[in-house]
Amino acid sequence: MMFYAAAAVAVISTVLVITRSNAVHALLYLVVSFLAAAVMFFALGAPLAAALEVIIYAGAVVVLFVFVVMMSNLQAERSRQSPWTSLRAWAGPAALSLVLLGEFLVVIASRGTRGLGPGAVPPKAVGISLFSTYVLGVELAAMLLLAAVVGAFHLGSRRETPHHRFFEETPK
Amino acid sequence: MSAVSFEAVLAVAGVLFALGLAGLLARRNLLFVLMSLEIMVNAAGLAFIAAGARWGQPDGQVVFLFILAVAAAEVSVGLALVLQVRRHFKSLDSDAAGTMKG
Repeated sequence: MMFYAAAAVAVISTVLVITRSNAVHALLYLVVSFLAAAVMFFALGAPLAAALEVIIYAGAVVVLFVFVVMMSNLQAERSRQSPWTSLRAWAGPAALSLVLLGEFLVVIASRGTRGLGPGAVPPKAVGISLFSTYVLGVELAAMLLLAAVVGAFHLGSRRETPHHRFFEETPK
Repeated sequence: MSAVSFEAVLAVAGVLFALGLAGLLARRNLLFVLMSLEIMVNAAGLAFIAAGARWGQPDGQVVFLFILAVAAAEVSVGLALVLQVRRHFKSLDSDAAGTMKG
């Protein structure tokens, strides 16, 4: 039951993400979609994946999107200042996340009898598997993240000469 | 995993993946294209978690961690490219950067 409610929230919020015209409104629904996915992972017995989904997807990735929106269309956002602070933009994501909050309170109030079932995989087993069987994959992921940091730093730096010949002249 | 059937989880993952694909194909704004990519990657991760929970093995969550690392790398480089496109073409429309030279 807990899984199906979270799945409904995830599908509804994902539909609303891809149909919004304002990027900030879509980001609000994207956060709700990731939180619903975290609740689904918890209901499936994957608590480590649920925690990392909240920290990395709903935290870090969405913060990156918010920064890019802030840097890319400041002028468009400034004109929408007054309706944006009204309640209408917040009502939808707040109603959807209230469903997730209700499930959270039900799990806490049941004192461990609901939520993680007998088939749950604890974080310790994941860690042991990660650093024994998949240790080569961990090292490859570390190299990939280092390459991403260097690439993002290179592309994000502001300089006069173009980064790539694709950017050499603006076609009209 | 006792209460939820494996097929239902796979159906939810498929629906989320299809929604992300629809957004990827329908939207022109590069920010929405990247959001749709994140939705699709997340749906693939849900399928891996479901498979790991179906057989009670930690491998599903391990692969989800790798997917998480790949998604983080992809979104950081992708957003830096979006900023470059925005700076050079003065637009976030994907058609603005559609012409190749040479």
